[in-house]
Amino acid sequence: MKIIPASDSSLLVVFGNAISPALHERVIRLFYSFQAWHDPRIRNLHPGYASLLIDFDPLRMTHDELISVVQQLALASDSAVDRRANVVTIPVCYDIEFGPDLLDVSQHAGLSVEEVVRLHSSPTYLVYFLGFSPGFVYLGGLPESLHVPRLATPRPSIVGGSVGIAGRQTGIYPVDSPGGWKLIGRTPLRMFDPEATPPTRLQPGDRMKFSPIDRATFEDISRRAEARLT
Amino acid sequence: MTIRVVKPGLFTTVQDLGRYGYAHLGISPAGAADPLSFRIANLLVGNDENVPALEMTLLGATLEFEESAIVALTGASCECKVGFAQVPVNAAFDLPAGAALKCERMTTGARCYLSVQGGFDTPLVMGSASTLVAGHFGGFKGRGLQKGDVLHVRQPDSVRIRSLRPGALDSLRAPRPLRVTKGAQQDWFGSEAFEKLFSSVYIVSEQSNRTGLRLKGEAVRPREQSELLTDGIPLAAIQVPQDGQPIILFVDQQTTGGYPKIANVIAADVHSVGQLRPRDEVRLVEVSIAEAVKAIGEQERWLREIFIS
Repeated sequence: MKIIPASDSSLLVVFGNAISPALHERVIRLFYSFQAWHDPRIRNLHPGYASLLIDFDPLRMTHDELISVVQQLALASDSAVDRRANVVTIPVCYDIEFGPDLLDVSQHAGLSVEEVVRLHSSPTYLVYFLGFSPGFVYLGGLPESLHVPRLATPRPSIVGGSVGIAGRQTGIYPVDSPGGWKLIGRTPLRMFDPEATPPTRLQPGDRMKFSPIDRATFEDISRRAEARLT
Repeated sequence: MTIRVVKPGLFTTVQDLGRYGYAHLGISPAGAADPLSFRIANLLVGNDENVPALEMTLLGATLEFEESAIVALTGASCECKVGFAQVPVNAAFDLPAGAALKCERMTTGARCYLSVQGGFDTPLVMGSASTLVAGHFGGFKGRGLQKGDVLHVRQPDSVRIRSLRPGALDSLRAPRPLRVTKGAQQDWFGSEAFEKLFSSVYIVSEQSNRTGLRLKGEAVRPREQSELLTDGIPLAAIQVPQDGQPIILFVDQQTTGGYPKIANVIAADVHSVGQLRPRDEVRLVEVSIAEAVKAIGEQERWLREIFIS
């Protein structure tokens, strides 16, 4: 474990330099220890693949104070009992209309569309962290045969809920935004709702599965979600 | 009391001092880009310093006040008028019922703050009234103000106003280099890169906003092009993408990123970043973490001493 002052108000705790569930487990344990510790001097926690950035109030805490807290919590959290990760199922409609790049992905991978859907929805993915934009998840576990390059030109706007693939990554655009991932489907669930507690459906360290649904089920869940919101 | 937006200006949002505690869900703090001017605006009208106020950008808004109000304008220098009469800046003043406050083009600085005694009445989302445009939430309907919007103001619970000592803000005017500490990936860069970073004059690009400020000038490059594992980004970190042109990541920044961070603007100079305009010149100067921590403490003491008690 390496502790680096990243700014006058933050520390970066680095556990290693690889994308691996084992390193990530240490990130998540320290992250949840800090959350449970509830110190108002800590302003923000940013878990990454193999690091945790801790943002604090420099008027109320020094780097040295925080370093000793990190060391204590890291020791305690390394020996702590396993935190039980949530396994969240996200329904996805792999329809051509929602996944305009499905054919492109299937051609690139040399697989039928059905095989692409089966492969994409078979693993249990690990939510490494959320970042980039509100509710955007970085998932690990995409089968290698589905690693395809991102779009040459990003789309100026993508509907929230769209499921995409880029390189070794897969994920869900939580809100309407531009983006360059290849789109293969869409979930009817809202992945980010600023009024909800918690505001995102997935948390760092969660496990998740994509579950294929047909168009009728998609419309049905969408209708019920809208009814709940109005 | 209500305020009607006659003209929204270039980009006007409701902000407070930011939304903390949600970075792990990808939610950046947002909040006032120049928190110092924001706090002064609130303190002048007798508000708590974190009460929602308006942040106007480069071109101010025209606002019609239904009832009389006590307001203050701080930050960028901006000619603001009611009718043909110029209104004071950096001081609380009365607006009569029905007045239309017209804020024009900002001449120096990029952001002007308008506080109203009582504060704007916008719902708290995750504990803050700040607008995060990329997330479409917070502030007024999660977006910049538009013509015809009607904002509500809370009934003030005190009528006490404050005033600044004469010349109190002069020290903010003088152009100074931005003070930075070395960043989390400082080891990626050789002494040559740091020499370039600290000796060059950079120009703020037109593609700069609350998400980040792109600097144009001498390219700085890491010793070798390797890929950084995506990690967390502190506020006002300076990252270096492949083209070597530094970017200051700002209040609406992405919470994680994959480019190495060479340096970080110190907390006490974040307010200056919020006042940088496109085409402004920027110089960077290195300070130690200890100096940076001392500077933020001094700034807090300064803020308490500039008001006439």
